[in-house]
Amino acid sequence: MVLLCVIYPLLVAFAGKFSKGEGGGEKITKNGKVVGYALIGQSFSKPEYFWGRPSAVDYNAAGSAGSNKGPSNPDYLQVVSDRIDTLLKYNPGIRKSDIPADMVTASGSGLDPNISQEGAIIQIKRIAAYRKLDEKKVAQLVVNQTQGPLFGLFGPSSINVLKLNLALDELK
Amino acid sequence: MNTELLGILATFLLTLVIAVPLGKYLAKVFAGERVWTDFLKPIESAIYKLSGINPKEEMNWKQHMKALLTINLVWLVYGFFVLIYQDKLPLNPDGNPGMTPDLSFNTIISFVVNCDLQHYSGESGVTYLTQHVVMMFLMFVSCATGIAAAVVFFKAFRDKTSVKLGNFWEFFVRSITRLLLPLSLIMALVLAFNGTPTSYEPKDQFISLQGDTVNVSRGPAAGMIAIKHLGTNGGGWFGANSAHPLENPNYITNTVVLIAQMIIPIAMVVAFGIFVRRRKLGWIIFGVMTIGMFLLLIPTVNSELGGNAALAKMGISQSTGAMEGKEVRFGPAISAYWSTVTTIISTGSVNSMHDSTMPLTGAWQLLGMMVNSFYGGCGVGILNYFIYLIIAVFISGLMVGRTPEFLGHKVEAREVKIAALITLLSPFLILAGTAVASFIFTSHGDAAWAVQPKNWLNNPGFHGFSEMLYEVTSANANNGSGFEGLGDNNVLWNVLTGFVLLIGRFLPIIGPVAIAGLLGAKKFIPESAGTLKPDTLTFGLMTFAVIVVLNALSYFPALALGPLAEYFTMLK
Repeated sequence: MVLLCVIYPLLVAFAGKFSKGEGGGEKITKNGKVVGYALIGQSFSKPEYFWGRPSAVDYNAAGSAGSNKGPSNPDYLQVVSDRIDTLLKYNPGIRKSDIPADMVTASGSGLDPNISQEGAIIQIKRIAAYRKLDEKKVAQLVVNQTQGPLFGLFGPSSINVLKLNLALDELK
Repeated sequence: MNTELLGILATFLLTLVIAVPLGKYLAKVFAGERVWTDFLKPIESAIYKLSGINPKEEMNWKQHMKALLTINLVWLVYGFFVLIYQDKLPLNPDGNPGMTPDLSFNTIISFVVNCDLQHYSGESGVTYLTQHVVMMFLMFVSCATGIAAAVVFFKAFRDKTSVKLGNFWEFFVRSITRLLLPLSLIMALVLAFNGTPTSYEPKDQFISLQGDTVNVSRGPAAGMIAIKHLGTNGGGWFGANSAHPLENPNYITNTVVLIAQMIIPIAMVVAFGIFVRRRKLGWIIFGVMTIGMFLLLIPTVNSELGGNAALAKMGISQSTGAMEGKEVRFGPAISAYWSTVTTIISTGSVNSMHDSTMPLTGAWQLLGMMVNSFYGGCGVGILNYFIYLIIAVFISGLMVGRTPEFLGHKVEAREVKIAALITLLSPFLILAGTAVASFIFTSHGDAAWAVQPKNWLNNPGFHGFSEMLYEVTSANANNGSGFEGLGDNNVLWNVLTGFVLLIGRFLPIIGPVAIAGLLGAKKFIPESAGTLKPDTLTFGLMTFAVIVVLNALSYFPALALGPLAEYFTMLK
């Protein structure tokens, strides 16, 4: 029991000190202030930032949960339909069929830090208009921030919303 | 081929590359042959000395089961009180409260039996101390219990006639020192260097980019997450389990833990073949299990990649598959693979929310847990399979009109009776449990419990029924995943699943070990032309047919009422 409950975790804790974030989770800073954790999604609702996915816990990282709504639940389908309307309202010029599923569905943890590339592309027009930036420049940023599949072979591509928005703040 | 499917293929192949040599190694470890990890012997001797065990003392199957049950009872009592009084114990930086007795009852049983059904949320329901000395500790020992029981069963068939089946404590300690601890250490390091927290710091607070104040739960999670998968336990540090970005930071860690949860169950099958000196039998069993897995996997991946038909009707592109309850960094394909693996292997950890998966996926998840032996949990998977095997031996024996025998031992009325009872046990627990819950839901909706029965479903209609069916099935299979929308922290669910867990764990361990013990003690009959050979393709098919028929007969009506009904309604 001593071996399992004391020695083993302490060994892991010691080794963890050498990882990024020293075992407390990797933090991201801006002007010397912590603005978030690299792995934990945060809420972006202002129109000048790229939005993340809907969250069942409003990105409150003291907890974590998915919506656990079943695929045929009528209340749930209503919520999704409202999310579509919101996206259409704030992002002029996009069609329903442009919206990828991840932008209108809640993630499993409620803290998903990523969106799909399509999810970012539909927001480019809005961002460019609010920030008075060139659309092409924003589009280029989205491409640069996209992380491809592992070794280019395995799994999906994704974009970290916090890092994307930080880079967006730097864009002149 | 697209990158998501390629990810599945690579993960499965890597699993085999690791699991097969591991099986060979395990066979040697438990046979007491020389292996390179023998340098750990001094540690083991120290453990034996401290706890006053004589590892050379040989036990028969009854003594084995007595040792197993005694130590499990000790853990139950110990953990129960630690959980209730956790608020008064140290290492509680977030000030979380103690558990109610019924929640503690459920939680401790759930972890002792290697299920890890969680009716609490890790961030707010337990302390760093209990995560270590209860949760993580039990993850190691419950898995080692399963492995040790399986080794007892191996021993019974190694020699021609054997009453003495080695020492339980020796098997138990070796499972930890030679297998679980070293592998966990490696995995914990991989997790830590990919971003899983390891330090004892409390909750953190920061101000986000757009100015919101956010709290972040953390804690020394990496060590627990490693054994959670290796030991097919599945209980998460955080509430969202392996969907949580700190618990499972990226595609690499996702792949590593997927491999980790499968290697021991597969290795045990390989080890069995080598240990009883019937390699071909081992491979036939492996083949049947693998085919079973793919029969569940392929339709699952297909159903998730197809997306939600109801959303497609609204005009939303479903080209990326169903995303509700899933994480973008994993995507629907590997999430579907995970959901198959975690249900057939009794891990029960999740990287996507099963409650939100498509109706057919839900049916396959349920079926995986009902069969519970396509690889199955650590050690117990092969024990479950053995029950099907005995039934298959019996039926084949009847078909050709000879006394059934298995590996040179006559299978007689007593053994078949035990096997039949164990086979009937699962449907009884699952169906009766679901029936009780449904009855209370419809007739006593106003009972004054923490979660009122009329409010405990998160979804209406057929899907609501599936939520209850899933909870009981998961408890019986010692799986631990859930349709988590179910409001399960109240007296009924805590007590009901508590008992289902206990019975669903220990009887299916005692049954097969008893059969093996009885058979092993019988006179050895040399093989002749008329002997039924269990290591042939034909017999493999026979076993597979038995599994299919038994499960279809037991569960088809329940599946038809839940996920299948939902599927057909959505087609409209």
